[in-house]
Amino acid sequence: MDIKDIIKPENKVYSKTSLMTDNALSYCPGCGHGTAHRIVMEVIEEMGIAHDTIGVAPVGCSVLAYDFMDIDMTQAAHGRAPAVATGIKRLWPDKFVFTYQGDGDLAAIGTAETIHACNRGENIVIIFVNNGIYGMTGGQMAPTTLGGMKSSTSPFGRDIGTMGNPIKMTELVANLPGVYFASRQAVHKPSNVRKAKKAIRQAFENQKEKKGLSIVEIVSNCNSGWKMAPVQSNIWMEENMFPYYPLGDIKVDDVILGK
Amino acid sequence: MGRAKGAIVVDIEKCKGCNICVVNCPTDVIELSKEVNGKGYPYAYMENPENCTGCANCALVCPDGVIEVYRVIV
Repeated sequence: MDIKDIIKPENKVYSKTSLMTDNALSYCPGCGHGTAHRIVMEVIEEMGIAHDTIGVAPVGCSVLAYDFMDIDMTQAAHGRAPAVATGIKRLWPDKFVFTYQGDGDLAAIGTAETIHACNRGENIVIIFVNNGIYGMTGGQMAPTTLGGMKSSTSPFGRDIGTMGNPIKMTELVANLPGVYFASRQAVHKPSNVRKAKKAIRQAFENQKEKKGLSIVEIVSNCNSGWKMAPVQSNIWMEENMFPYYPLGDIKVDDVILGK
Repeated sequence: MGRAKGAIVVDIEKCKGCNICVVNCPTDVIELSKEVNGKGYPYAYMENPENCTGCANCALVCPDGVIEVYRVIV
Protein backbone atom coordinates (compact mmCIF):
# COMPACT_ATOMS: atom_id res chain seq x y z
CA MET A 1 0.00 0.00 0.00
CA ASP A 2 1.29 3.40 -0.96
CA ILE A 3 1.91 5.97 1.74
CA LYS A 4 -0.36 8.42 -0.09
CA ASP A 5 -3.25 5.99 0.39
CA ILE A 6 -2.59 5.81 4.14
CA ILE A 7 -2.26 9.56 4.71
CA LYS A 8 -5.89 10.57 4.37
CA PRO A 9 -8.04 12.51 6.85
CA GLU A 10 -10.29 9.49 7.53
CA ASN A 11 -7.27 7.40 8.59
CA LYS A 12 -5.92 9.89 11.11
CA VAL A 13 -5.48 8.30 14.54
CA TYR A 14 -3.46 10.91 16.40
CA SER A 15 -2.56 14.54 16.07
CA LYS A 16 -1.92 17.44 18.39
CA THR A 17 -5.09 18.57 20.17
CA SER A 18 -6.71 21.76 18.90
CA LEU A 19 -6.37 23.22 22.41
CA MET A 20 -2.64 23.57 21.81
CA THR A 21 -1.95 26.66 19.70
CA ASP A 22 0.15 26.52 16.55
CA ASN A 23 2.92 28.58 18.18
CA ALA A 24 6.25 26.75 18.21
CA LEU A 25 7.02 25.76 21.81
CA SER A 26 9.78 27.80 23.39
CA TYR A 27 11.21 24.79 25.24
CA CYS A 28 14.54 23.10 24.56
CA PRO A 29 14.53 20.03 22.27
CA GLY A 30 13.38 16.98 24.23
CA CYS A 31 11.97 18.90 27.22
CA GLY A 32 9.08 17.16 28.98
CA HIS A 33 7.11 20.41 29.34
CA GLY A 34 5.72 20.09 25.81
CA THR A 35 4.34 16.61 26.44
CA ALA A 36 2.96 17.67 29.82
CA HIS A 37 1.20 20.68 28.23
CA ARG A 38 -0.30 18.46 25.56
CA ILE A 39 -1.71 15.79 27.87
CA VAL A 40 -3.28 18.42 30.13
CA MET A 41 -4.96 19.96 27.09
CA GLU A 42 -6.03 16.52 25.82
CA VAL A 43 -7.73 15.78 29.14
CA ILE A 44 -9.53 19.15 29.04
CA GLU A 45 -10.64 18.50 25.46
CA GLU A 46 -11.84 14.97 26.24
CA MET A 47 -13.84 16.21 29.23
CA GLY A 48 -15.34 19.00 27.11
CA ILE A 49 -14.49 21.68 29.65
CA ALA A 50 -12.35 23.96 27.47
CA HIS A 51 -14.70 26.92 27.93
CA ASP A 52 -14.96 26.39 31.68
CA THR A 53 -11.29 25.99 32.53
CA ILE A 54 -8.91 28.64 33.80
CA GLY A 55 -5.21 27.86 34.01
CA VAL A 56 -2.59 29.62 36.08
CA ALA A 57 0.88 29.77 34.58
CA PRO A 58 3.90 30.03 36.89
CA VAL A 59 7.26 31.75 36.68
CA GLY A 60 9.89 29.52 35.14
CA CYS A 61 10.33 27.88 31.77
CA SER A 62 6.58 27.42 31.48
CA VAL A 63 5.87 31.11 32.12
CA LEU A 64 4.67 31.33 28.52
CA ALA A 65 2.23 28.42 28.92
CA TYR A 66 -0.60 30.83 28.05
CA ASP A 67 0.93 31.20 24.58
CA PHE A 68 0.61 27.47 23.97
CA MET A 69 -2.58 26.49 25.78
CA ASP A 70 -5.61 27.78 23.91
CA ILE A 71 -7.83 28.26 26.97
CA ASP A 72 -8.31 31.08 29.47
CA MET A 73 -5.04 31.54 31.31
CA THR A 74 -3.48 33.93 33.75
CA GLN A 75 0.01 34.19 35.09
CA ALA A 76 0.95 34.48 38.74
CA ALA A 77 3.90 36.01 40.56
CA HIS A 78 6.70 33.57 41.37
CA GLY A 79 5.34 30.73 43.50
CA ARG A 80 1.94 32.34 44.04
CA ALA A 81 -0.02 30.27 41.52
CA PRO A 82 -1.95 28.27 44.20
CA ALA A 83 -2.96 31.54 45.89
CA VAL A 84 -4.14 33.03 42.58
CA ALA A 85 -5.96 29.78 41.76
CA THR A 86 -7.63 29.91 45.18
CA GLY A 87 -8.98 33.36 44.41
CA ILE A 88 -10.24 32.37 40.97
CA LYS A 89 -11.88 29.20 42.25
CA ARG A 90 -13.62 31.00 45.10
CA LEU A 91 -14.97 33.63 42.72
CA TRP A 92 -16.09 31.06 40.14
CA PRO A 93 -16.68 27.78 41.98
CA ASP A 94 -18.16 26.24 38.83
CA LYS A 95 -15.04 26.77 36.73
CA PHE A 96 -12.23 24.27 36.54
CA VAL A 97 -9.00 25.82 37.82
CA PHE A 98 -5.53 24.36 37.54
CA THR A 99 -2.01 25.59 38.17
CA TYR A 100 0.98 24.45 36.17
CA GLN A 101 4.17 24.88 38.14
CA GLY A 102 7.80 23.87 38.12
CA ASP A 103 9.86 22.79 41.10
CA GLY A 104 11.59 26.15 41.59
CA ASP A 105 8.17 27.76 41.67
CA LEU A 106 6.17 25.24 43.70
CA ALA A 107 8.83 23.76 45.98
CA ALA A 108 11.05 26.79 46.68
CA ILE A 109 9.57 30.29 46.66
CA GLY A 110 6.00 28.98 46.63
CA THR A 111 6.30 26.48 49.47
CA ALA A 112 4.05 28.48 51.79
CA GLU A 113 1.34 29.05 49.15
CA THR A 114 1.46 25.40 48.10
CA ILE A 115 1.26 23.98 51.60
CA HIS A 116 -1.51 26.30 52.73
CA ALA A 117 -3.58 25.85 49.57
CA CYS A 118 -3.22 22.09 50.09
CA ASN A 119 -4.05 22.34 53.77
CA ARG A 120 -7.16 24.43 53.08
CA GLY A 121 -8.21 21.77 50.60
CA GLU A 122 -8.93 24.24 47.83
CA ASN A 123 -10.82 22.50 45.06
CA ILE A 124 -8.12 22.97 42.39
CA VAL A 125 -5.67 20.85 40.41
CA ILE A 126 -1.93 21.40 40.71
CA ILE A 127 0.29 20.09 37.92
CA PHE A 128 3.83 20.02 39.31
CA VAL A 129 6.66 19.47 36.84
CA ASN A 130 9.78 18.42 38.74
CA ASN A 131 13.10 18.41 36.92
CA GLY A 132 15.34 18.90 39.93
CA ILE A 133 16.83 22.18 38.75
CA TYR A 134 16.08 25.81 37.96
CA GLY A 135 15.87 25.43 34.19
CA MET A 136 15.07 28.91 32.91
CA THR A 137 17.70 30.84 34.85
CA GLY A 138 20.59 28.57 33.88
CA GLY A 139 20.53 25.34 35.84
CA GLN A 140 20.96 26.49 39.44
CA MET A 141 20.40 24.14 42.36
CA ALA A 142 16.75 23.77 43.38
CA PRO A 143 15.28 22.28 46.58
CA THR A 144 14.56 19.16 44.53
CA THR A 145 18.13 18.73 43.22
CA LEU A 146 19.36 15.25 44.13
CA GLY A 147 22.24 14.63 46.54
CA GLY A 148 25.51 14.66 44.58
CA MET A 149 23.85 16.14 41.53
CA LYS A 150 25.84 18.81 39.76
CA SER A 151 24.27 22.16 38.94
CA SER A 152 25.69 25.56 38.13
CA THR A 153 25.55 26.58 41.81
CA SER A 154 26.68 23.19 43.12
CA PRO A 155 29.46 22.37 40.62
CA PHE A 156 30.92 19.62 42.84
CA GLY A 157 27.54 18.03 43.43
CA ARG A 158 24.92 18.84 46.07
CA ASP A 159 26.42 18.18 49.48
CA ILE A 160 23.58 16.93 51.68
CA GLY A 161 25.48 17.93 54.84
CA THR A 162 25.59 21.64 54.05
CA MET A 163 22.85 22.07 51.44
CA GLY A 164 20.17 19.86 52.90
CA ASN A 165 18.10 17.05 51.48
CA PRO A 166 16.05 17.20 48.29
CA ILE A 167 12.41 17.79 49.20
CA LYS A 168 9.69 15.32 48.25
CA MET A 169 6.94 17.86 47.87
CA THR A 170 4.17 15.52 46.76
CA GLU A 171 4.67 13.13 49.69
CA LEU A 172 4.80 16.13 51.99
CA VAL A 173 1.49 17.63 50.91
CA ALA A 174 -0.16 14.20 50.63
CA ASN A 175 -0.07 14.11 54.44
CA LEU A 176 -2.32 17.16 54.64
CA PRO A 177 -6.03 16.45 55.08
CA GLY A 178 -7.10 18.85 52.31
CA VAL A 179 -5.34 16.84 49.61
CA TYR A 180 -7.64 14.23 48.08
CA PHE A 181 -5.41 12.85 45.34
CA ALA A 182 -1.63 12.89 44.90
CA SER A 183 0.27 11.08 42.20
CA ARG A 184 3.72 11.10 40.66
CA GLN A 185 4.18 10.30 36.97
CA ALA A 186 6.60 10.82 34.08
CA VAL A 187 6.23 11.60 30.38
CA HIS A 188 9.38 10.22 28.77
CA LYS A 189 7.88 6.97 27.41
CA PRO A 190 4.52 6.18 25.78
CA SER A 191 3.39 4.04 28.73
CA ASN A 192 4.26 6.81 31.18
CA VAL A 193 2.46 9.39 29.05
CA ARG A 194 -0.70 7.26 29.16
CA LYS A 195 -0.45 6.80 32.94
CA ALA A 196 0.23 10.51 33.49
CA LYS A 197 -2.78 11.42 31.37
CA LYS A 198 -4.94 9.04 33.39
CA ALA A 199 -3.76 10.67 36.63
CA ILE A 200 -4.49 14.16 35.30
CA ARG A 201 -7.93 13.00 34.19
CA GLN A 202 -8.55 11.65 37.69
CA ALA A 203 -7.46 14.98 39.16
CA PHE A 204 -9.93 16.96 37.02
CA GLU A 205 -12.71 14.44 37.74
CA ASN A 206 -12.06 14.97 41.47
CA GLN A 207 -12.41 18.70 40.96
CA LYS A 208 -15.69 18.15 39.13
CA GLU A 209 -17.00 16.24 42.15
CA LYS A 210 -15.64 18.90 44.55
CA LYS A 211 -13.48 16.41 46.42
CA GLY A 212 -10.60 18.70 47.31
CA LEU A 213 -7.15 19.42 46.03
CA SER A 214 -5.46 17.07 43.56
CA ILE A 215 -1.75 17.28 42.81
CA VAL A 216 -0.03 15.44 39.96
CA GLU A 217 3.75 15.58 39.95
CA ILE A 218 5.47 14.91 36.64
CA VAL A 219 9.14 13.98 36.99
CA SER A 220 10.76 15.43 33.90
CA ASN A 221 14.14 16.02 32.37
CA CYS A 222 16.08 19.24 31.88
CA ASN A 223 18.64 18.25 29.29
CA SER A 224 20.05 21.78 28.95
CA GLY A 225 20.39 22.25 32.70
CA TRP A 226 21.76 18.76 33.22
CA LYS A 227 24.15 19.25 30.24
CA MET A 228 23.02 16.10 28.45
CA ALA A 229 21.48 15.07 25.14
CA PRO A 230 17.68 14.58 25.38
CA VAL A 231 17.71 10.77 25.18
CA GLN A 232 20.68 10.55 27.55
CA SER A 233 18.92 12.81 30.04
CA ASN A 234 15.86 10.53 30.02
CA ILE A 235 18.10 7.53 30.81
CA TRP A 236 19.80 9.52 33.58
CA MET A 237 16.37 10.43 34.93
CA GLU A 238 15.33 6.76 35.05
CA GLU A 239 18.53 5.77 36.83
CA ASN A 240 18.81 8.63 39.30
CA MET A 241 15.56 10.56 39.69
CA PHE A 242 13.14 7.63 39.84
CA PRO A 243 14.80 5.84 42.80
CA TYR A 244 14.42 9.01 44.89
CA TYR A 245 11.13 10.14 43.34
CA PRO A 246 9.35 6.81 42.76
CA LEU A 247 6.49 6.89 40.26
CA GLY A 248 2.94 5.94 41.13
CA ASP A 249 -0.07 7.10 43.08
CA ILE A 250 0.69 8.42 46.56
CA LYS A 251 -2.78 9.28 47.82
CA VAL A 252 -5.99 8.02 46.22
CA ASP A 253 -9.52 8.78 47.45
CA ASP A 254 -8.15 10.52 50.55
CA VAL A 255 -6.12 7.45 51.60
CA ILE A 256 -2.31 7.45 51.59
CA LEU A 257 -1.15 4.27 49.87
CA GLY A 258 1.47 2.01 51.46
CA LYS A 259 0.69 3.06 55.01
CA MET B 1 -7.36 -10.19 11.56
CA GLY B 2 -5.90 -7.62 9.24
CA ARG B 3 -2.47 -6.11 9.48
CA ALA B 4 -2.12 -2.48 10.50
CA LYS B 5 -0.25 -0.21 8.13
CA GLY B 6 0.66 3.22 9.32
CA ALA B 7 2.36 6.40 8.34
CA ILE B 8 3.42 9.58 10.09
CA VAL B 9 3.56 13.17 8.93
CA VAL B 10 6.13 15.37 10.67
CA ASP B 11 5.84 19.15 10.82
CA ILE B 12 9.43 19.59 9.67
CA GLU B 13 9.81 23.25 10.58
CA LYS B 14 8.64 22.68 14.17
CA CYS B 15 10.62 19.48 14.79
CA LYS B 16 13.60 20.09 17.07
CA GLY B 17 15.43 16.82 16.36
CA CYS B 18 15.46 15.65 20.00
CA ASN B 19 15.54 11.97 18.93
CA ILE B 20 12.98 10.87 21.54
CA CYS B 21 10.55 9.52 18.90
CA VAL B 22 13.41 7.56 17.31
CA VAL B 23 14.23 5.60 20.48
CA ASN B 24 10.55 5.06 21.36
CA CYS B 25 9.56 3.65 17.94
CA PRO B 26 9.05 -0.11 18.49
CA THR B 27 9.55 -0.95 14.80
CA ASP B 28 12.56 1.31 14.07
CA VAL B 29 10.74 3.35 11.46
CA ILE B 30 11.94 6.82 12.37
CA GLU B 31 15.38 8.34 11.85
CA LEU B 32 16.74 11.86 12.00
CA SER B 33 17.49 13.48 8.65
CA LYS B 34 20.95 14.44 7.43
CA GLU B 35 19.53 17.78 6.32
CA VAL B 36 18.35 20.46 8.72
CA ASN B 37 15.24 22.61 8.88
CA GLY B 38 15.05 26.40 8.95
CA LYS B 39 16.15 26.51 12.59
CA GLY B 40 19.12 24.21 12.01
CA TYR B 41 17.68 21.09 13.62
CA PRO B 42 17.73 17.67 11.92
CA TYR B 43 14.14 16.49 11.67
CA ALA B 44 12.42 13.13 12.10
CA TYR B 45 11.32 11.24 8.99
CA MET B 46 10.26 7.70 8.08
CA GLU B 47 13.41 5.80 7.15
CA ASN B 48 11.60 2.44 6.98
CA PRO B 49 7.99 3.37 6.14
CA GLU B 50 7.01 -0.22 5.36
CA ASN B 51 7.47 -1.18 9.06
CA CYS B 52 5.14 1.49 10.47
CA THR B 53 2.07 0.10 12.23
CA GLY B 54 0.57 3.47 13.19
CA CYS B 55 0.89 2.73 16.93
CA ALA B 56 1.26 6.49 17.67
CA ASN B 57 3.94 5.97 20.32
CA CYS B 58 6.14 8.54 18.58
CA ALA B 59 3.37 11.13 18.60
CA LEU B 60 2.59 10.44 22.28
CA VAL B 61 6.14 11.17 23.42
CA CYS B 62 6.88 13.99 20.97
CA PRO B 63 7.43 17.00 23.26
CA ASP B 64 6.55 19.45 20.49
CA GLY B 65 3.52 17.58 19.20
CA VAL B 66 4.70 17.76 15.59
CA ILE B 67 3.76 14.19 14.57
CA GLU B 68 0.44 13.18 13.02
CA VAL B 69 -0.29 9.47 12.77
CA TYR B 70 -2.41 7.68 10.16
CA ARG B 71 -3.42 4.01 10.22
CA VAL B 72 -5.33 1.60 8.00
CA ILE B 73 -6.08 -2.10 8.44
CA VAL B 74 -5.27 -4.06 5.30
